[in-house]
Amino acid sequence: MKEKFTYVWSVIRLPVIAVVFGFLTGAVCIAVTGNNPVVAYIALFRGSLASIPGFGETMYKITPILFTGLAAAISFRCGLFNIGAEGQYVVASVAAIAISWFGQGLPRIFLLALILTAGFCAGGLWGGIAGFLKAKRGINEVISTIMLNWIALYLANYLVRIPLSPNVRAGLSPAGHSVVVPEVAKLTKLKAIVPAFGYSSAHTGIFIALISAVVMWYILFKTTVGYEIRTVGLNAQAAEYGGISKAKNTMLAMFLSGGLAGLGGAVQIIGLVYMVNQSPMLPGYGFTGLSVALVGNSHPLGCIPSALLFGILENGSRQMQLAGIPSEITSIISGVILVFIAGSLVIKLAGDRIKAKWGKRAMRTEQEGL
Amino acid sequence: MTTAIFISLLTSAIRLATPLLLAALAGVYSERSGVVNIALEGIMIAGAFFSIWFTHLTGSAWIGVGAGIVFGVFTSAILAAIAINLKGNQVIAGTAINLLMTALTAFLLEIIWHRSGSTPTAPAMLTTNPLKFLEGIPLLGTFFKQLTPFVYMAFIMVFVAYFTLWKTPWGLHVRAVGEHPRAAETVGIDVYKTRWVCVLISGALAGLAGATLSVGTVGLFREGMVAGKGFIALAALVFGKWHPVKTMLACLFFGLCSAANILAQSFGVNAPTEFLAMIPYIATILVLIGIVGKAQGPKASGEPYEKDEK
Repeated sequence: MKEKFTYVWSVIRLPVIAVVFGFLTGAVCIAVTGNNPVVAYIALFRGSLASIPGFGETMYKITPILFTGLAAAISFRCGLFNIGAEGQYVVASVAAIAISWFGQGLPRIFLLALILTAGFCAGGLWGGIAGFLKAKRGINEVISTIMLNWIALYLANYLVRIPLSPNVRAGLSPAGHSVVVPEVAKLTKLKAIVPAFGYSSAHTGIFIALISAVVMWYILFKTTVGYEIRTVGLNAQAAEYGGISKAKNTMLAMFLSGGLAGLGGAVQIIGLVYMVNQSPMLPGYGFTGLSVALVGNSHPLGCIPSALLFGILENGSRQMQLAGIPSEITSIISGVILVFIAGSLVIKLAGDRIKAKWGKRAMRTEQEGL
Repeated sequence: MTTAIFISLLTSAIRLATPLLLAALAGVYSERSGVVNIALEGIMIAGAFFSIWFTHLTGSAWIGVGAGIVFGVFTSAILAAIAINLKGNQVIAGTAINLLMTALTAFLLEIIWHRSGSTPTAPAMLTTNPLKFLEGIPLLGTFFKQLTPFVYMAFIMVFVAYFTLWKTPWGLHVRAVGEHPRAAETVGIDVYKTRWVCVLISGALAGLAGATLSVGTVGLFREGMVAGKGFIALAALVFGKWHPVKTMLACLFFGLCSAANILAQSFGVNAPTEFLAMIPYIATILVLIGIVGKAQGPKASGEPYEKDEK
C-alpha cells in the first residue's frame, strides 16, 4: 500500500508542485489588486463546483480542452510535439459545419456519427501532414505544425466567408460567419435530460470526451499499437532495432493526435457554438491542451483531472470577475503552471540521474568490496 | 497614379516587414546558439506593452522603447534559465511564456488603467521619419517620409547580425555552440554563457519588435495586437535559412504579401485574400520540404546541453 502511494506520489509530484506554485502566484496577483486571495479562490471553486448548473458550465469548458489535452498526450507519448492541435481543431470544426449542413436530410444518429468521423478524419489528416513530413523528410513537427496552424486558420476563414456563408448561399455579399448547424445535428443539452442543469450549456459532448480518454488509454497501454507508439517515444533507435517502424508510428501518432483535436473541434461545433466565425486569431484550445497533457503526465486518464482543473480555472474566472477581481489572473495561473512544468520536468530527470549515479556508486563500492 | 500606388505598396511592405524583421533576427541569434525561441510572440507582447507603459510614465517615446527592450530581455531570461540551466523543454517554455505574457499584460492593463482591451493613446510616439533631409529627394521623398526610426534600426540590425555572427570570432563560437556544443566546449568555449548572451540579445530584439508595433505604429497597446507576428517571424527565420540577410529578404517578401493583401482590400477587390495571407506559411513548408532550396537549421537547436561533469 505504502509502495503504491510512493509510486503515485512520484508520478504526480511535479504537476502538484507546479499547480501549487501557480495558485500561489495567482494569490500574489490577487493581493496586488487589493483583494483577499482566500475569498477569491473560494469564489472560484464555489462558482465552478458548488451548484449543478455551475458544474455544468465547468463541464462544457472541459470538453474541448480534454480533447486537445488527449491530442497532446498521445503525441508526447510518441516523442512528438504536436503544437498543431489548434489548426487540427479549426479544420475539423469547418468540416463539421459542412457535413451538418449538407447532410441535414440524413437520420440523426447516422448524421452525428458522420460529423464526428469527418471531424476526426479532418483533424487527423491535418496532423498526419506533419507526421508525414516528419517521417519522410525529417521536418521538425514543431515548425510544420505552427505553419499548418495558420494555414488552417486562413483556409477556415475563406471557407466560412464564401462557400459556407449563409449570405453567399442566398446570393448576398459575404458575411463573417458560417451557416448554423441545423437542429437535427445538434448534440443534446444535459438540461434536456436532467432539468437540474438549469442555465448551464453543458452538452453530451463531455461523455464523448470521457469515452475518448478511456479508449485512448486502452489503445496506448493495452494494445500492440500503443505499445509500439510508446516504444518509439521512449527510444526510437531501440524500437527500430526491435522491428518497430519509427516512420509508421510517427505518422500514426500524429494522425491519432490530430484526430482527437479534430473530434474536439467537431464536438464543440455541434455541441455548443453551432457555427464558425471568421477570426484573426487561433482559438487557443490547442495551447491549453498542452498544459492539460503536461499536468496530466501525458496519461489519457490523467488528462481528465487535469482538464477539470483548467476547466475550473476558465469557468471560475468569470466568478472572480463578478467579485471584482481581474479575470486574467486565472490565465496567469495557467501560464505559471506551465512555466514550472517546463522547468521542473527536468529537475525530475536530473533527480533521477543523481539517484542513478548514487546507485552506480553504491554498486561499485559493493563490487570493490567483493 | 501607378507610381503613387507602387510607392505606397512599397512603404507599406517595408513598414509591415519591420517588426517581423526585428523578431526574426531575434530568432536568428537564439537559434544559431541552439535555443529554439517559440517565445518570440510573448516577448513581443511584453515589449509592446512595457514600451507604451513607460512612454505614459515618462512622456518620452525613446525611454519607452528602452523599457520595451529591457523587459524583452527580462522575459527572455525566463526562457534562458529554463532552456539552458534547467535543461527544460524549450517548446514548452516558449509556449508558457507566450501564455504568461498575454495574461500578464492584460492583467496589468486592468490594474493600471482599470480598463480592458487597450491602453489610452500614449503622449508620444515614433511614427515619423527621423531623417528629414531624405524627404527632399524627388519621387522617393514620399517613400522616405513614411519610414519610422524602427525601419532604419531593423535594417541596420541585419548587418550588425550578419557581421557579429559571421565575421567575428564570437560569432563563430555562437554557431559552433548551435551546431555541436560538445565540440565547442572541447576547444574552450563556454556553451552556457554563449547561449545566455544570445538568448538575451534575442529578447532585446524581440522587445524592440514589440515596441515597433505599439510606439512605432498606433501609439497604444491593444490586447491581441501582436496577433501571431512572432510566429510569422519564426516562419521568416526558417524561410531565410537562419541567415540574417536571407531572413531580411524573407521578411520583405512576407511584408509585401500583407501589403498587397491590404491594398487589395482597400480597393474592394473581391479576391480570396485569405490565400495571400497563407503564402508565408506555405512557402516556409515548401522550403522545408526542399522544393524551394533546402533549409537546414542549426543541428543542436532545441537540445539542452549537459556539461560533462568530470
